[in-house]
Amino acid sequence: MKIGESEIPFLPKKLSIIFDRTRWEEKALIKAARRKRLQTELIDAKTLCLDVETRYDAKTYGDVVLQRCISYFRGLHVTAVLEKNGLSVVNSFDTSLVCGNKLLTSLALAKAKVPTPKTCVTFTPEAALEAMDRIGYPAVIKPVIGSWGRLIAPVNDRATAETILEHREQMNSSLLQIHYIQEMVNRPPRDIRTIVVGDRVTVSIYRSAPAGVWRTNVALGATTTPCPITGELEDVAIRAAKAVGGGVLAVDSMESPDGIVVHEVNSTIEFKGAAAATGVDIAKKIIEYLIEISKR
Amino acid sequence: MKCRCSECDGEIAVPKDAVNGEIVTCPDCGLEFELVIDKDGKCSLKVAEVVGEDWGE
Repeated sequence: MKIGESEIPFLPKKLSIIFDRTRWEEKALIKAARRKRLQTELIDAKTLCLDVETRYDAKTYGDVVLQRCISYFRGLHVTAVLEKNGLSVVNSFDTSLVCGNKLLTSLALAKAKVPTPKTCVTFTPEAALEAMDRIGYPAVIKPVIGSWGRLIAPVNDRATAETILEHREQMNSSLLQIHYIQEMVNRPPRDIRTIVVGDRVTVSIYRSAPAGVWRTNVALGATTTPCPITGELEDVAIRAAKAVGGGVLAVDSMESPDGIVVHEVNSTIEFKGAAAATGVDIAKKIIEYLIEISKR
Repeated sequence: MKCRCSECDGEIAVPKDAVNGEIVTCPDCGLEFELVIDKDGKCSLKVAEVVGEDWGE
């Protein structure tokens, strides 16, 4: 019997998935929701016109809203409107805001005493050079907002730093005039992605960079293999997830000589690589969590 | 279902299990389209958005 033809009644609770592009993950989530007999409404954020005076309620948006926009700012603004109307959105506005901004994430991690690389932020090229002198070369420079490893650069020496900063100045982007600078962690050519759903670790994988590539993003060709969930990894990942406000999160960490350090927590998570590497039905775990939230 | 590419008139096959917002690519010219399915189940294509600086996870 096909999923749509099931005679099992739908659950009384309803889910909305707000999207702007349907990736592998959105398709997996839709299938998982149907299997759980959860009434699911798909809402394309690009078609929305949200009136600040209108009351949006569960009749239209369901008992729980899963915000899955690929555009950070679009998703954040949709969440702001729906949450102000008292709707339950996963992830919350606060979590999305913090995770979408590397500086806000670093601040949250540091406040919660989650191990994280040494980080500075500066607002002019001159101050950035001073920060890199202080942190020491090699360092890493990143945009505060952005994903998939875009415009993240290793900075091996002062000459490279000056060149990168000059390029940033020429780019017409105010975000790139904020220089987020981090120590280069002495790690193996891989990082660890740990998916945390609610207060539980779902899976953990190594993301290994291809030969000659420095960044470990799957979007840039990294391969994924299962990573054992040690006590240390579980503790750090759960604390990192709590530090940014909790929800459905992907905690990215590195194996430093002093232990696990968290460098990023992602909010609108991509998990195709993790699902393939581990065989775990991550979409199902997320849907089960949403059902749990909808009952609160 | 089959659609025509607005750029090169190539034929684009839309999978039966395709869902709203899914990306399909013209096999001839490589242009990416977003699938739009209306309330009556009718499919149409619109040129997909390009990657923005805030795109990602």
